[in-house]
Amino acid sequence: MSNRLALRRRSFLGSIAAVGGGLALGWHVPALAQGGGQELGIWVVISPDDTTVVRIARSEMGQGTFTGLAQLVADELDADWKFVRAEYVSPDTNLANKRAWGDMSTGGSRGIRGSVDYVRKGGAAARAMLIQAAAQRWNVPVAECTAANSAVTHTSSGRTLRYGEVAADAAKLPVPDAVKLKTPAQWTIIGKGVKRLDTVEKLSGKQVFAIDVQLPDMLNAAIAQCPVFGGTLTSFDADKIKSMPGVRQVVAVGDNAVAVVADKWYQAKTALAALPIVWNEGAGATVDSAQIAALLKTGLDAKEAALGQKHGDVEAGLASAAKVVEAVYGAPFLAHATMEPMNCTAKFTDGKVEIWVPSQNGDASLASAAEAAGVKLADVKVNKLHLGGGFGRRGQQDYTRQAVLIAKQVPGRPVKLIWSREEDMTHDFYRPITQCKLRAGLDGNGNVVALHARLSGQSILAYLAPQRMENGVDRIAFQGWTEEEFGYKSIPNLLIDDAVRNTNVPVGFWRGVNVNQNTIYMECFIDELAHAAGKDPLEFRRALLVNSPKHLAVLNAVAEKAEWGKPLPSGVFRGICQNYGYGSYTAGVAEVSVSPKGELKVHRIVAATDPGYAVNPQQIEAQVQGSFVYGLSAVLFGQITIDKGRAVETNFDTYPVMRIADMPKVETIIMPSGGFWGGVGEPTIAVAGPAVLNAIFAATGKRIRTLPLRLSDLGHA
Amino acid sequence: MIKLTVNGTSRNVDADADTPLLWVLREWLGMTGTKYGCGIAQCGACTVHIDGAATRSCQVPVGSVGDAKITTIEGLSPDGLSHPVQVAWLQHDVPQCGYCQSGQIMAAAALLKATPKPSDADIDDAMTNICRCGTYQRIREAIHTAASLGGKA
Repeated sequence: MSNRLALRRRSFLGSIAAVGGGLALGWHVPALAQGGGQELGIWVVISPDDTTVVRIARSEMGQGTFTGLAQLVADELDADWKFVRAEYVSPDTNLANKRAWGDMSTGGSRGIRGSVDYVRKGGAAARAMLIQAAAQRWNVPVAECTAANSAVTHTSSGRTLRYGEVAADAAKLPVPDAVKLKTPAQWTIIGKGVKRLDTVEKLSGKQVFAIDVQLPDMLNAAIAQCPVFGGTLTSFDADKIKSMPGVRQVVAVGDNAVAVVADKWYQAKTALAALPIVWNEGAGATVDSAQIAALLKTGLDAKEAALGQKHGDVEAGLASAAKVVEAVYGAPFLAHATMEPMNCTAKFTDGKVEIWVPSQNGDASLASAAEAAGVKLADVKVNKLHLGGGFGRRGQQDYTRQAVLIAKQVPGRPVKLIWSREEDMTHDFYRPITQCKLRAGLDGNGNVVALHARLSGQSILAYLAPQRMENGVDRIAFQGWTEEEFGYKSIPNLLIDDAVRNTNVPVGFWRGVNVNQNTIYMECFIDELAHAAGKDPLEFRRALLVNSPKHLAVLNAVAEKAEWGKPLPSGVFRGICQNYGYGSYTAGVAEVSVSPKGELKVHRIVAATDPGYAVNPQQIEAQVQGSFVYGLSAVLFGQITIDKGRAVETNFDTYPVMRIADMPKVETIIMPSGGFWGGVGEPTIAVAGPAVLNAIFAATGKRIRTLPLRLSDLGHA
Repeated sequence: MIKLTVNGTSRNVDADADTPLLWVLREWLGMTGTKYGCGIAQCGACTVHIDGAATRSCQVPVGSVGDAKITTIEGLSPDGLSHPVQVAWLQHDVPQCGYCQSGQIMAAAALLKATPKPSDADIDDAMTNICRCGTYQRIREAIHTAASLGGKA
């Protein structure tokens, strides 16, 4: 611990930028004098005192990637974990070096699984350089040397050299291209529940989030965006507020927003509230939630729909069935509500831009800043800071663009733009609203002979990235339901399709994205089918998963741990579900009670996940617990409604989320089966909702098909 | 000029009397450990102690504080790590993104001062701060650990 506290952040990356081109691994960077840190390839810097800095390209937003990625590198490096620290690579440094550090985008639970190979190679290459340097110093063959715990040992003589002692020599060696990675059996740090590297500063208030940035001569900006989606700014009367305390400037921001720039943000916000603004609300001003619901309803039986997957003949299957079950489900728009509201600090000086930004995508922040400022990419410097939550919201760069547009009108001085919570909640890229009509046929023995799931709802890609649509189809709508993912392959006649119904409400990626809604629809409906067939929900699923052994394995694991079938205390009921998403298999059992008046208590959730390999079980456990809080907040409470073209809910008083009193006891089974790298941050979010909803049915006989739950009366006799 | 006592030090600030204490701490005094989350006393990210009581500073006009003693996360312990709550938080690796944790820690410290051995129900009542990452289970475990550490940490 003393080492960790004594460490002072060094700024070595600016120096790298000056070095010039080269490719990852094959690229040699001359040693830097600064702090004595020696660069061994591009991922690892080792100081004479053995301090080992691992560079991180992805963003830390709570999910633990800062620590997990460092574990991957440190293991291949054979570093002693107590010496390991992590530091960001800045996006401008990455750009200047032909993106040597790879993709910076942090989403889709890809932080580990998307970079696992090249970062491990970075660690292995540095290890090889250290061993070679030590062998040269001893004048012995490399093959006689081994490495462990940040030291090289000459096996026969027993001589050792600490990494810090040979790092300077090693840094002069070429970075090897071909390195052999360890087998899982050889891992010593991967798979260990080491403590996070970013905790200490988060206990004392010392962690600087972007919203905390303080710079010399800095001004602060508060912004108002047209409350109606798609509306624009007509005019504002700056004279009315110019004499208010601290106010410096009032500026238009793009075509839909106005900002007050003041000495302090609180002064800017106070003045903004008094600023007369005229909006052109536009055609969107008449839209409301009832219209949107009606629009989606037209998709449920529409002829035209994009195909997700299909086999057999679903209509013939339904026609042959002894019993047909049908249900319509729906989930609302949801805000992300990160604890740290959107913000960005920008400084525009002499055609150059510097930003301080909480971003899930550093490359995109850089590009947005360059575009907003009208400068070349090379003239942007990006300072990435840890995010006060991301959940998908901070992949978008609207706030970055705005900060730069404001700063350009106040040249020479840094300006920190902070969105109020109200701006944050009413100008989100919401989780898309969808409905789903499910129809299934059961034969005389209660077997599923046909299943049709028809989605109707908004497409994320159509809004954010139409170029990523495939022949007009948004594949993201089918998350969890693609042929590769869907566990119920044994259903002989299957059709999954999507009638896209877009609105003018901005939509985007939200932790778990469409896996959230899709799993609720499917796993609650499967429960309905089990009930209709007169079968136990666990046995019913087991039969359907006969060709999906890994889905079945996690399902069995939660059933066993939760002692499915064993009597519970009076008034407590169970629900079960499973899913596959983001490359990982997940399942859950919830235990709930519902008072006769309808008060719900979620007592316990047992969850299982098979992410292939488990880099840090302690962090996976934290992610499972956290994903349940995020997922259950949505299921129990979350809803953004639209009236007069704008979001109705503006803050946590009208957009409630879970608090500690609502938190069930979560027990997590981590069962990595090996051979693949699955995600962690998002996959388990899918199972909390359906497990709880199915348990509520068991408790009350009520099927909740429209979310959030708080809109339903759970009262029962 | 308004005179305040923050973390044992007397400070003078040139702010309007109705400015919330939260923003005086963050912008006038440069103490950014106390966070803005909602501005309406819902989330608790801005929790500080005023004469020992956990208080949401976004709803406290600075002019109303008077002689009361303000403690922020920066002043909870001399080294930022040695208060029993901080010790327990580190042991349980509680924070994820960390943004709400200053407020959570201040709320927990006030709870333990008033109720040295809190039950789960006491924790539910006192800890109403929002965490969107969902660290609640570890917060609960860490509070019980901090209670067992008592004044010994």
